[in-house]
Amino acid sequence: MLLTISTTLRPATDLGFLLHKHPDRVQEFGRSFGTARVFYPEASQERCTAALLLEIDPVRLARSRGSSSPDFSLGQYVNDRPYAASSLLAVALADVFRTARAGRCASRQELADSPIPLEIGLPALPCRGGPDLAHRLFEPLGWRVDAAPVPLDPAFPEWGDSRYVRLTLRGEVRLADALNHLYVLLPVLDDAKHYWVAGDEVDKLIRAGEGWLAAHPEKGLITRRFLGRRRGLTRTAFARLAEVGDDVEEALEPPVEEEVAGPLGRDEGGEPFTDDATAGPAPGEAFPGGASPAGAVPDEAFPAAVPAGVPGEAESGEGEGEGGSEGEGRTPLNTLRRDAVVGVLEEIGARTVIDLGCGSGQLVAVLLTRPSVVKVAGMDVSARALALAARRLRPERMPEAGRSRLELFQGSLTYTDARLAGYDAAVLMEVVEHVDPPRLTALERVVFGAARPGHVIVTTPNVEYNVRYEFLGPDAVRHPDHRFEWTRDEFGAWASGVAGRYGYEVVLRPVGGDDPEVGPPTQMAVFTLAKGGAR
Amino acid sequence: MTEVSVPALSLVVLVGISGSGKSTFAARHFRPTQVISSDFCRGLVADDENDQTATPEAFDLLHHIVGTRLRRGLLTVVDATNVQWEARKKLIELARAHDVLADAIVLDVPEEVAVARNAARPDRAFGPHVVVRQRKDLRRSLAKIARDGFRRVHVLRGEEIDGAVVTYEKAWTDRTELTGPFDLVGDVHGCRSELETLLRELGWSVTPTGATHPEGRTAVFVGDLVDRGPDTPGVLRLVMGMAAAGTALVVCGNHEQKLVRALDGRKVRVAHGLERSLEQLAAEPEEFRAAARAFMDGLISHYRLDGGRLVVAHAGLKEAYHGRASARVRAFALYGDTTGETDEYGLPVRYPWADDYRGRATVVYGHTPTTEPEWVNNTICLDTGVVFGGRLTALRYPERELVSVPAERVWYEPSRPLEPRTGRAARDPGVLDIGDVDGTRFVETRHGGRIKVAEENSRAALEIMSRFAVDPRWLVYLPPTMAPPETSRLDGYLEHPAEAFEEFARTGVTRVVCEEKHMGSRAIAVLARTPEVAAKRFGVADGSAGSVFTRTGRPFFGDRTAALVDRLRAAVTPLWEELNTDWVVLDCELLPWSAKAEGLIRDQYASVGAAAAASLPAALAALESAAGRGLDVGALLDRTRRRAANASLFRDAYARYCWPVSGLDGVRLAPFHILACEGRATAVTEPHEWHLDLLGRLDAGILTPTRHVFVSLDSPDERAAAVAWWEALTASGGEGMVVKPAGHTPGRVQPGVKVRGREYLRIIYGPDYTDALDVLRRRFTGRKRSLALREHALGLEALERLAQGEPLWRIHEAVFAVLALESEPVDPRL
Repeated sequence: MLLTISTTLRPATDLGFLLHKHPDRVQEFGRSFGTARVFYPEASQERCTAALLLEIDPVRLARSRGSSSPDFSLGQYVNDRPYAASSLLAVALADVFRTARAGRCASRQELADSPIPLEIGLPALPCRGGPDLAHRLFEPLGWRVDAAPVPLDPAFPEWGDSRYVRLTLRGEVRLADALNHLYVLLPVLDDAKHYWVAGDEVDKLIRAGEGWLAAHPEKGLITRRFLGRRRGLTRTAFARLAEVGDDVEEALEPPVEEEVAGPLGRDEGGEPFTDDATAGPAPGEAFPGGASPAGAVPDEAFPAAVPAGVPGEAESGEGEGEGGSEGEGRTPLNTLRRDAVVGVLEEIGARTVIDLGCGSGQLVAVLLTRPSVVKVAGMDVSARALALAARRLRPERMPEAGRSRLELFQGSLTYTDARLAGYDAAVLMEVVEHVDPPRLTALERVVFGAARPGHVIVTTPNVEYNVRYEFLGPDAVRHPDHRFEWTRDEFGAWASGVAGRYGYEVVLRPVGGDDPEVGPPTQMAVFTLAKGGAR
Repeated sequence: MTEVSVPALSLVVLVGISGSGKSTFAARHFRPTQVISSDFCRGLVADDENDQTATPEAFDLLHHIVGTRLRRGLLTVVDATNVQWEARKKLIELARAHDVLADAIVLDVPEEVAVARNAARPDRAFGPHVVVRQRKDLRRSLAKIARDGFRRVHVLRGEEIDGAVVTYEKAWTDRTELTGPFDLVGDVHGCRSELETLLRELGWSVTPTGATHPEGRTAVFVGDLVDRGPDTPGVLRLVMGMAAAGTALVVCGNHEQKLVRALDGRKVRVAHGLERSLEQLAAEPEEFRAAARAFMDGLISHYRLDGGRLVVAHAGLKEAYHGRASARVRAFALYGDTTGETDEYGLPVRYPWADDYRGRATVVYGHTPTTEPEWVNNTICLDTGVVFGGRLTALRYPERELVSVPAERVWYEPSRPLEPRTGRAARDPGVLDIGDVDGTRFVETRHGGRIKVAEENSRAALEIMSRFAVDPRWLVYLPPTMAPPETSRLDGYLEHPAEAFEEFARTGVTRVVCEEKHMGSRAIAVLARTPEVAAKRFGVADGSAGSVFTRTGRPFFGDRTAALVDRLRAAVTPLWEELNTDWVVLDCELLPWSAKAEGLIRDQYASVGAAAAASLPAALAALESAAGRGLDVGALLDRTRRRAANASLFRDAYARYCWPVSGLDGVRLAPFHILACEGRATAVTEPHEWHLDLLGRLDAGILTPTRHVFVSLDSPDERAAAVAWWEALTASGGEGMVVKPAGHTPGRVQPGVKVRGREYLRIIYGPDYTDALDVLRRRFTGRKRSLALREHALGLEALERLAQGEPLWRIHEAVFAVLALESEPVDPRL
């Protein structure tokens, strides 16, 4: 991977002083992950270019971690790291140009303190978020940005562009600032997981961002990505199965929302980036705009109710995701839905509740705050979701009385399970649409036939409402894992069919403003075990 | 010598004062693990066998151990004083809770003897008053211990104690020594004529008072011989004769039980056909009535036959009750389980215990009339309502063949119409229980012994299975992983056929087949001849006739799967005749690779190619400029040039396996193994020659043949020819080949090893792997090879279970285990 830094300063060769690297030498820096070399392809009085070439041998890199490491991944060998300007290049740059990055130059201190004409070239920069993001990140820092997308494979034009851009930055910038910009923003743009990169500290970000990060309009995204890209170093059994199945791991990730904040929306200590050993994408980043498989938008981004006839209102969706801020006075749909479910549970006086498909435990957390609910169980099929739920709920920190009310366990809606029986109410909130239609009969049998709770509350999207989300394509679903989305009629037919077959009565209710034309964004069915029906 | 005879499975309660010699007695007559003593338990919870303050908790522990042993079906002896009624009562309740009988053995020794013995032991510090009190309790107990609820109380005194011999009584239900063959007959209900017809149909010679079979078969009646029908006495006469002659076994039905009560003059409601039996028996001589009463009264609740592999009970029996004895076991066996609800005809709704049945024994029963007997989790109900105008059905065992004769007429009007099982109580074979798959598991396999699945792996598999897999009724097999051979030392190669041949020759294989390895996605095709076959054989009644899924059980093409299945069914039409089957499971490769893996190719492979193509030329240009300035970058420049060339070869390697597919056009399937068909796990029974020949004869546009050569390993020429074949194959872009023993080879022999081509391996090990062969040769294939063997055994097990018509949960157990093992940490590049 290659980085070039050129200047037309007079004399241009002063770049050698600023970088502390002599233009007529090839200098070599051995590092654990590869060898960095600095040399000058051109060094005249008019124009001088320093090149940093980092050679990485992924085979040796993977092997150096010890062959006993169980965390193999195909990606370790077949990897863009030798070619792309990733965080490894940022680390090498920070290291090789340490003094320059600190802005020190004994012989040319005045020059080091001044903006100079610079041109920076990165032939293959991984840029998650597209060329547009490169503009958004570098332009506020005074750069003129040229970011040309690199096609994936010219022989397969239908595959489109790769995630790389050929980036050229031009501007009058202090060299130390330029190096710090690259040090912070390369990993931010890359935003990939690196199994062998050890954790970075908040300190490093603060030091490198001094003087420019605080005022940067995208500082939220920069901070989140810079710190959040650390992944657990241990791959789970689940991730290994994704690889076996020729799948991209992310495509199989469970549809769980991850809020970094604690159960009541606040985390002790106020540090939003603690404890991210298993951190996944933050809200809104799971499917960055444009690059998402099905044009999906994270649930949080969905405004609860867009007034009919006000086109464009919903277009802030993607921005919502990135920025995480909601329009004032408007409650997000997922909150409305949760409130609606809790309201029904209160109406029916449920004392014991099981949340089937509890995800990261948002509903469970709310129910635990209600003294009238004496037992709350959260079941999910995803071990990762349960880990998030445990992190949110922290049962180990609860007092004994609280902990005994809570139960979290892995289970599946397509296998009968005695642990699901005996509850006043079961909740299937935004769950059925994640089940393949041919498997729904198994789910019905498991929930309504075998577990037979007194009440079952089911919510699911109303597909008719999708036309109100302008950012959704005509046939797009709201989440790439949705196997279907029902119209009101389809949902009603399913609900009454199930009720009839299993001896329940059912009432349908809207959730989140009932649009006169297309209905509510979310539909809900409340099933009640018919009198005389056995539990 | 005094014989103390206890049931083979029972709770034996020793009763005697401290110092009466219970422990000595127990040690002499029982195995140490069978004896649980209160002293021992006190020691466990208090570090002191005589710490009386620990007694309550010591007994909690004792009860727990005893309960666990009884649940697991182990004879257990309790060594405690048990001189008080409360102590014995708890133990009897424990025995009842596990449906086993309890016997008491009382050691009645004089006080002085006990006191003297205690005095001789330094750890028995308590005074003689303790013994006096215990002795008082025992004397009081002896008067009424017979009413405690023990099956039998054996009291031993003086000499008898030392001279006693313990013997074991087999349970009445234990006829495991009988191995058949059996003809199991459903509910007869007084239909003598149909019974005779059926027996003759089965090859019996029948007289009014007995029947014999020329092949020495034994008839087993599932009960309800009587009531409703026209000739209950005739049925009884025939069956009693057979039973007396030893050609028939009979379990008790609810109708026999009630009839006996009626004959005894007890108050019963005369209904449901009882009136007919009473009327008909009234016309018989008194001696016959008495004999019939005695016969029916002596019928027992159920039998275990054929080494425990077959259980017969009138209304069925859940596994926990097999071989047990208690009132509730008898009630279950005679009346079945009910939900507590009643249906619209006022009859009790029966609980579908068979849906939950997971036992190994086949359970055969009657009691609930149905139109068609069907296997549910290795259980079958043979009551086809002959008395209501249905049929009388028999099951041949071990052949598992159903034989039935129609009713001559409607002999009795049913109170509810006969119908197939429907409604909530009906079985839904598509629903499995979490207990079938979760937690740490041990799966017994025919071809690989017992295989362990760790909990972590089950959990990962549960998620994939639940979120992505096709219907478990179609998911009858998952392919095992495949290991490469030992790493080649040949210059420029990581893998080479020579090592594969050597490996098989070493394990005694003489002939192998080399099959072209198609570079696509592994696909399993399950195909039924018609949707009706799918419904009957696979229980899938949604009109589909098959499925095609990936090696992790996922469908290939959402809504295009049905069309793909239809094309494949058309393509394999000749197999229906050829294999005499209505369904078939094929192991295939689906091409192109990009059809399934396009996401992966774009995200992983094409991305790397794009990054390389963008950055290496720029690096080369920079280095060339530097060289032009006279800088010493020579070695680096050379290396970068080579990297650029490697990157281009890498790009060509993946692109070769990609071509555009629209709809199903462009999709091809290369079948190479017929895994199973009706009654046969052909993957085990047939050699590869047979498979490749049959599949090679199929001619359809969607199919691609699998090129192959057979190699006799003792022929150097054939080996060399196969190496040349492999070299040509891989040189023209082929992935490589798979070397397999020519037929299924038992033992720890790999079912196949893959020898991949030099260029193909760039996709696996990275563009520059050829420059790192020295490092890559240090790879360890042991885990992968062990995994391949275990998964192969599980896969074959699933096929065997499928071919033999075992219940869905049994097939699913093995298939699920394959998926779970796939999540074990193994170097995926191997």
